[in-house]
Amino acid sequence: MEEQSQDDGVSRRGFLLTSAAAAALAATAENPRPAAAAATAAPAEVVEVALEVNGKARTLALDPRVTLLDALRERLDLTGTKKGCDRGQCGACTVHVDGRRVLSCLTLAAGLGGKAVTTVEGLAEGDRLHPVQRAFVACDGLQCGFCTPGQVMSAVALIEEGHAGSEAEIREYMSGNICRCGAYQQIVQAVRMAKEEA
Amino acid sequence: MRPYTYAAARSVGEALERAGDGSAYLAGGTTLVDLMKLEVVSPAHVVDITAVPLRGIRRGPRGLFIGAMERMADVAGHHLVAEPYPVVAEALRQSASPQIRNMATIGGNLLQRTRCGYFRDPATPCNRREPGSGCPAVDGHNRSHAILGTSDACVATHPSDLAVALTALDARLSLRGAGGERTLRLADFYRLPGGTPHLENELRPGELITGVTVPALPWARRSTYVKVRDRRSYEFALCSAAVAVHVKGGVIREARVAAGGVGTRPWRLPAVEEALRGRPMRTETFEAAVAHAADGARPLARNAFKPALLRRTIVRALVHLAG
Ligand SMILES: Cc1cc2nc3c(=O)[nH]c(=O)nc-3n(C[C@H](O)[C@H](O)[C@H](O)COP(=O)(O)OP(=O)(O)OC[C@H]3O[C@@H](n4cnc5c(N)ncnc54)[C@H](O)[C@@H]3O)c2cc1C
Ligand code: FES
Ligand code: FES
Repeated sequence: MEEQSQDDGVSRRGFLLTSAAAAALAATAENPRPAAAAATAAPAEVVEVALEVNGKARTLALDPRVTLLDALRERLDLTGTKKGCDRGQCGACTVHVDGRRVLSCLTLAAGLGGKAVTTVEGLAEGDRLHPVQRAFVACDGLQCGFCTPGQVMSAVALIEEGHAGSEAEIREYMSGNICRCGAYQQIVQAVRMAKEEA
Repeated sequence: MRPYTYAAARSVGEALERAGDGSAYLAGGTTLVDLMKLEVVSPAHVVDITAVPLRGIRRGPRGLFIGAMERMADVAGHHLVAEPYPVVAEALRQSASPQIRNMATIGGNLLQRTRCGYFRDPATPCNRREPGSGCPAVDGHNRSHAILGTSDACVATHPSDLAVALTALDARLSLRGAGGERTLRLADFYRLPGGTPHLENELRPGELITGVTVPALPWARRSTYVKVRDRRSYEFALCSAAVAVHVKGGVIREARVAAGGVGTRPWRLPAVEEALRGRPMRTETFEAAVAHAADGARPLARNAFKPALLRRTIVRALVHLAG
């Protein structure tokens, strides 16, 4: 899932980051929040974490508050993993840690020393999409696509867990991934198709 | 999120040593990280216990022992749990989502905090979060709140499904603190809110839950967990029932009944159990037995449906076990 460059050479993500920074500046100038002030005043602790992300060894020096989701998106530039709710309620941030699907928004990066993380960017082999990704394309398992990386990561795990036996079971075991567009019917189809191929 | 210092412990001793004033243990993080983001809790020090070997699911002389750091998904799928205690496996499988169950631990589950919207929003008063500040839920959005065990200071439910199943089975907690080890019945662990809703349980500062023991109860093979909620899945209970029955010759010899989503703590219903004992295992018995299930309930403006829902949920569980 490559971010598209726009005509003026500014990527959408680059633009969003700049706007967010500007908004943050405006907020501090007009309305210095005590919580934010405390955060900057405290001696910032740094934790060093050596982990593996999509097969590559990575070492990060992090504030212990940083979640795996933010580490992936802001530090490792792996923006395929999405931030929907940031509260464990939507599943958009689903990744695999040591082969198990988890929510990266509720995982502190500081605790991941020695672990292996797989994100949606780590599924394809070169240009060859993972069978689950191919099934999502074939079945139109998405509309806006925001929930899709999380759906795909959940679907890959669900098939490995052996929970794709029936349509009812797929629905239950995919229930940790909310789709605001309501593409559920096609998502279930995609999981069935991928399971048959597996 | 407020700043904190972070340390990972590798043993129980190390964890106890590192814990102190204003510290919090980090297990699966699915409650703690959420509440730290909301600034509902702001520990100065986080002690990561994910590497502490509080593991194991094994049968012993006193029943089934489950280590506090076992994950919900692994416990739900374990044969020593699913076969002898279906009510526990079903309660776990109907909790949260597969991703959360892969992360969340048994110890953390029992210590999760209420989902009351006022508790989770530091911009509003809440006696549980900020003693003496008031309880907007009493006259506010209280559809999901408790009807049993409430006080004028707090009407929040305890949200754990697992705790309801374990209360029905009379499980015991193993605790370990600086002062040594002790065990406590889960039923005696949770406190009623009374005038001090911020004191939720008997855990002492820095104390660790090391495991849970479910007493041997051969007839608990015939048990189930029924959960009623606004969504089919990935939702907390509006009402739930954990029920086990010992039936011989068509007659109920023993019964265990506990309810969730209706009480300020997991709610055991001894009067319903008593009314089932010695009666034939059929619908008329169930209907009669639940007649007084919600006695003493104090419904709120938006949850007046809960007493009837509680009775229906227990009957549904019993009908399921009869079938
Ligand atoms: C969207 C969502 C939906 C959910 N739905 C449900 C549901 O339907 N049913 C349900 O039952 N639950 C549900 N949950 C709650 C979930 O089950 C709990 O968050 C989880 O079980 C907590 O376990 P944890 O290991 O992640 O705990 P943590 O977040 O790590 O810890 C929770 C608390 O317990 C303390 N703690 C943890 N382990 C120990 C220990 N061994 N000794 C002493 N203290 C300890 C921590 O310091 C912290 O205060 C849901 C959660 C979310 C986010
Ligand atoms: S962003 Fe993690 S669950 Fe929604
Ligand atoms: S495709 Fe839009 S949220 Fe799922």
